[in-house]
Amino acid sequence: MDIHEYQAKKILAGFGVAVPRGGIVYSPENAENKARELGGSKWVVKAQIHSGARGKAGGIIVCKTELEVAQATDKLLGKKLVTNQTGPEGKIVNRVYIEEATDIKKELYLGLVFDRSSESIMVVASTEGGMSVEEISKQKPETIIRSKIEVAVGMQQFQAREIAFGLGIEPKLISRMAEAITGCYRAFSELDATMVEVNPLVISNQEQILALDCKMSFDNNALFRRNQISELRDKTQENASEVYASDRGLNYVSLDGNIGNIINGAGLAMASMDMIKLAGGEPANFLDVGGGATPEKIVKAFKLISMDKKVKVILVNIFAGINRCDWVAEGIVQALQKIEIKVPLVIRLAGTNVEKGNQILKESKINYIEANTLEDAANKAVKALGK
Amino acid sequence: MSVLIDKSTKILIQGFTGKMGTFHAEEMIKYGSKVVGGVTPGKGGSKHLNLPVFNTVKEAVETTGASASILFVPPAFAADSAMEAADAGIKTCVAIVDGIPSHDMIRIKRYMRRYSRVQKMTLIGPNCAGVISPGKAMLGIMPGHIYKEGKVGIIGRSGTLGYEAAQQMKNLGIGISTSVGIGGDPINGSSFKDILEKFEEDKETDAVLMIGEIGGPQEVAAGKFAKENMKKPVIAYIAGLTAPKGRVMGHAGAIVSAYGESAVEKVELLKECGVTISKNPSVMGETVKSVLENK
Repeated sequence: MDIHEYQAKKILAGFGVAVPRGGIVYSPENAENKARELGGSKWVVKAQIHSGARGKAGGIIVCKTELEVAQATDKLLGKKLVTNQTGPEGKIVNRVYIEEATDIKKELYLGLVFDRSSESIMVVASTEGGMSVEEISKQKPETIIRSKIEVAVGMQQFQAREIAFGLGIEPKLISRMAEAITGCYRAFSELDATMVEVNPLVISNQEQILALDCKMSFDNNALFRRNQISELRDKTQENASEVYASDRGLNYVSLDGNIGNIINGAGLAMASMDMIKLAGGEPANFLDVGGGATPEKIVKAFKLISMDKKVKVILVNIFAGINRCDWVAEGIVQALQKIEIKVPLVIRLAGTNVEKGNQILKESKINYIEANTLEDAANKAVKALGK
Repeated sequence: MSVLIDKSTKILIQGFTGKMGTFHAEEMIKYGSKVVGGVTPGKGGSKHLNLPVFNTVKEAVETTGASASILFVPPAFAADSAMEAADAGIKTCVAIVDGIPSHDMIRIKRYMRRYSRVQKMTLIGPNCAGVISPGKAMLGIMPGHIYKEGKVGIIGRSGTLGYEAAQQMKNLGIGISTSVGIGGDPINGSSFKDILEKFEEDKETDAVLMIGEIGGPQEVAAGKFAKENMKKPVIAYIAGLTAPKGRVMGHAGAIVSAYGESAVEKVELLKECGVTISKNPSVMGETVKSVLENK
């Protein structure tokens, strides 16, 4: 789960990481007042969406008067911002963050992620803040510092110091920088995060060390024990169909093609998408109804796919294990009695009681194309597109 | 032989008296697995499915001599149960459960570092279908009848895609020594390489099929291991050629975030290691067959 910049800043501040003063606003009047309350003569108005690269998309506006702050807020609220991370549909701005401007002396990069090979937490830092980490690793790979943290004992002071020295920080600022790095590590490890990224982490002209922009993501599997984090979820930032799916226990990712998929098991779903592509088609989605594939889940899956206007053919591929094909087939028949499907439907059943399952489908009055193997199913789905 | 489990392996069910534990314990017993009892804290001393129930894994191991266990406990308690199994001397533990926090998985693995290589429990999963040695024993939730007994090992992340492979092989008359589902999570108990090592040592396994997917470094690490340390041929299929970068595809671990993690890159790197690639998921069985014929 992703959260907004202002939420991440609030969390990091709680772990001793300094952030510029600021506040969230929902209207231009609100914004003007917030600017006045913060004081000073320069503010940054920042659109809150779940995406980086907001600056290039016009989502970050520097203002010199309270009036400009109000105008900038007015311009951003309700707007859809399209960045290189949002896809062409963009993301809606419902909240705007007003922050005092910072005089930047130096911009740094700091990121924390899981390192899957060493199964530890990896800190990545660079002197080239402000660029994305992908750009840094392409253009200035020599500036990247990596440090693996042993989770059983947590980050040690010397490790934080090593990173700080590695970034070429002046000696008198080392301990403050180490504190900021340790704070980020603690937030990561104590809140079940999967990513903490502070970019840029800046040294100001006043020699403060500030998290100017930050992103945090959390492990969905751990939200059950992180109530304060799960409350930060903003569904307006997520794909509507994906929210609909996740609320119903389905694993769904919306894609650009026109062959809708209903499959049990993530691996089989990916494999079926591969087969569709090989057969010359493009999948409209990834949808895993779960290894169990209960009839209820199949009904929900048909509902979800039928909402997608791109879909011109539906491919159902179920490998029944403990759940039997006859049971799955009954689920499909039930679903089609409830939901009207106007596009061709290709069904491939395999596994336990497959003959019985196919018989149930044939005896029902549903209109479908039967497929026997994975390959057969993909070919028939692509062929059905032309009809 | 087979790897991890065979006919005589004594099995405990952790979370025995729950709905899932009960159902799958019955399936395993039907298949011929030697289930000797189960653990449900607070219900010790009672009987379930005509088998003894214990309060702790330690007590269960002392009384029954069990060496394997399977977890049917909710994700929030799974890490605790796995560590309890490791501490009680269980040798092979399968965690079926989907949804264990990554931080918990790291904790389990750190906890297990206290044991020597010989004493250490092999944890399989989480988020997997388990282990089956066809004709001998099943420590998992798979449909046992689609697996034919034979001499090819399977290691896979996905349950249903593993079933797909087993069925393709059965249709071609190819049997399986053991099939191990290592699960779809980013941090898992055993990696492809860990299981490859076991298959290389197993006298009754002639070749190994790895069914990988996008995300993480494990498939490539296994390829390197195979190149340097294995005499038996390895065949691989990598799912997710069409998966977009940066999106999680169902399995928490299936996300491409670095070089070498996409399906195309993994295929290239595996080829360099001398692994035979099944070019699409519908020819996994045929690819295994041609490798066996050319051996």
